[in-house]
Amino acid sequence: MAYFLIFISAIFVNNIVLSQFLGICPFLGVSKKIDTALGMGAAVTFVLTVATIVTYLLQILLVKWHIEFLQTIVFILVIAALVQMIEIILKKISPSLYQALGVFLPLITTNCCILGVAIIVADPEQLMAKLPGDALSANLLTGTLFAFATAIGFALALVIFAGIREQLALAKIPKAMQGTPIALLTAGLLAMAFMGFSGVV
Amino acid sequence: MAKLESTFKNMALSLVIIAMVAAAALAGVYSVTKDTIDEQKAEKEKQAIFAVLPEQGAGAVIVDTIVSPKYGHTVYRAEKDGEFIGAAVKTSAVGFGGKQNIMVGFDANGMIVDYTVLDHQETPGLGDKISYWFKTDNGRQNIVGRYANGAFQVSKDGGDVDAITAATISSRAFLKAINEAYAAFRGDEVEAATSASQVHHEEVVAEPEEVENDNLEKEADYE
Amino acid sequence: MSNALKTFTNGLLKENPTFVLVLGMCPTLATTTSAINGMSMGLATMFVLVCSNVVISMLKNLIPDKVRIPAFIVVIASFVTLVQLAMQAYVPAIYDVLGLFIPLIVVNCIVLGRAEAFAAKNTVGLSALDGLGMGLGFTLALTLLGAVRELLGSGAIFGFQVYDAGYASLIFVLAPGAFIALAYLLAIVNKIQKKDK
Repeated sequence: MAYFLIFISAIFVNNIVLSQFLGICPFLGVSKKIDTALGMGAAVTFVLTVATIVTYLLQILLVKWHIEFLQTIVFILVIAALVQMIEIILKKISPSLYQALGVFLPLITTNCCILGVAIIVADPEQLMAKLPGDALSANLLTGTLFAFATAIGFALALVIFAGIREQLALAKIPKAMQGTPIALLTAGLLAMAFMGFSGVV
Repeated sequence: MAKLESTFKNMALSLVIIAMVAAAALAGVYSVTKDTIDEQKAEKEKQAIFAVLPEQGAGAVIVDTIVSPKYGHTVYRAEKDGEFIGAAVKTSAVGFGGKQNIMVGFDANGMIVDYTVLDHQETPGLGDKISYWFKTDNGRQNIVGRYANGAFQVSKDGGDVDAITAATISSRAFLKAINEAYAAFRGDEVEAATSASQVHHEEVVAEPEEVENDNLEKEADYE
Repeated sequence: MSNALKTFTNGLLKENPTFVLVLGMCPTLATTTSAINGMSMGLATMFVLVCSNVVISMLKNLIPDKVRIPAFIVVIASFVTLVQLAMQAYVPAIYDVLGLFIPLIVVNCIVLGRAEAFAAKNTVGLSALDGLGMGLGFTLALTLLGAVRELLGSGAIFGFQVYDAGYASLIFVLAPGAFIALAYLLAIVNKIQKKDK
């Protein structure tokens, strides 16, 4: 049950885009069509989960060698390398999956929700603050589940947003509001809707 | 100067050199700032502790830091001129939006001196009032100056503390944290067996929750 | 000289990273709960931007083309860590508020974008000016957004109470208010720009 709550918390209550403000760039950039939003969401889910596991294990080494101050450099390089590797492996193993996700992979390196979540999970104190209730402890399992759930939350927000924007494209909008302003306004209303989930867990 | 060719040797060499210079520079900065960062952290903690001790802990020293085995809350015991004057307890509970971390101070008799909310995730404008609500003199909402008997409850649950309007869950969590802090505080105090704790026992005898407190004492009996 | 001035003002107005290029949205929305927070975030980013621009323009001939992106990232990440350590040591209160968003300067598209688009092709002096202009433009935008949100959301500006906080609409300090306030600021900028033409 407690593990299930991680999902509720990360997807709805503390949605990474709408309440934590991570990953806004792809949220605004690749949300014009539901298809691309689904692809991006899937790619992020995949990379975020793998990257979190790898960086979590790396952090153990960093702490052991007392070089925690290199965290930012190491994490971003590992994430960049990981994205490249995933791209190469996908190309070899599953060309169809590569076709679906391939275009989004290079964009993911600069998606700050990957690095953000990796940093949160690597620090037991920060991870504890994100886990619902106090029945769970910060470890690789909860960290990975949190990362996966967060990514699902990202994908959900992205797809909902894309759905609204597809409709919005047909609407008549004042000139000054066209493009980013109206997208931000929509995101604001969506964030307000998600605020209704607060206190659920 | 011409741009370096993208040969394998050049690529590897330039990357390795940049990474090494960067790591060395950061190691230098880290060693310079490390002490200051540690000092700042210790100072922040110290300020939080002293702010809630009797008379803001003037002239007092922290003689003991004990982690309560039951709740995991930390008790900072303070003495002045060799006499126990009270303790600050770092406590927490899960509120509406997430964890509330609170530092609460008791005097030697178990009276609440003051508290500080260290951090919380309550709703701004509603639950976040915990940071001052329970020390504002208004009706029955103030807990400062009261003797914690380990059983504060909001009036809705039959207790005698008024909850924050429209934020009962946050208030309940807050009082739970205070009650646990008291239990942790008391468990240590029995072990200490100072003259101050004797006074405390006499005063508390009249409290109906004494039985419950005794249980807590036994559970906290760990040394 | 006019070239230098042009480089500097380019980031301030014509290509303002927030209002015109719409880059670096995450810190823009997340850290602008008050004017002072927005300004701190802007200044931290500006420092990284100027330093990385200078170093990258110095090293531009020593870095082979194919590995330039990882090399740039290492340089940027070093300066970010430097800012992180310095803030932790000397302004811990601000560091606590900005928290996660300081290390995340690494993935702020503005920094890597300027390194790639400007510093890798221009002289050290011009790159420094470009970083300064872009950084100032970003700082101004964040301070403005922070001031608007603080004024509407908690009735204060730079911490000075302007009117009773009880009349302020709290939503502007919360997540939805960030989106909405930025949306209207962008719309106003759009309107002004259209008039100029």
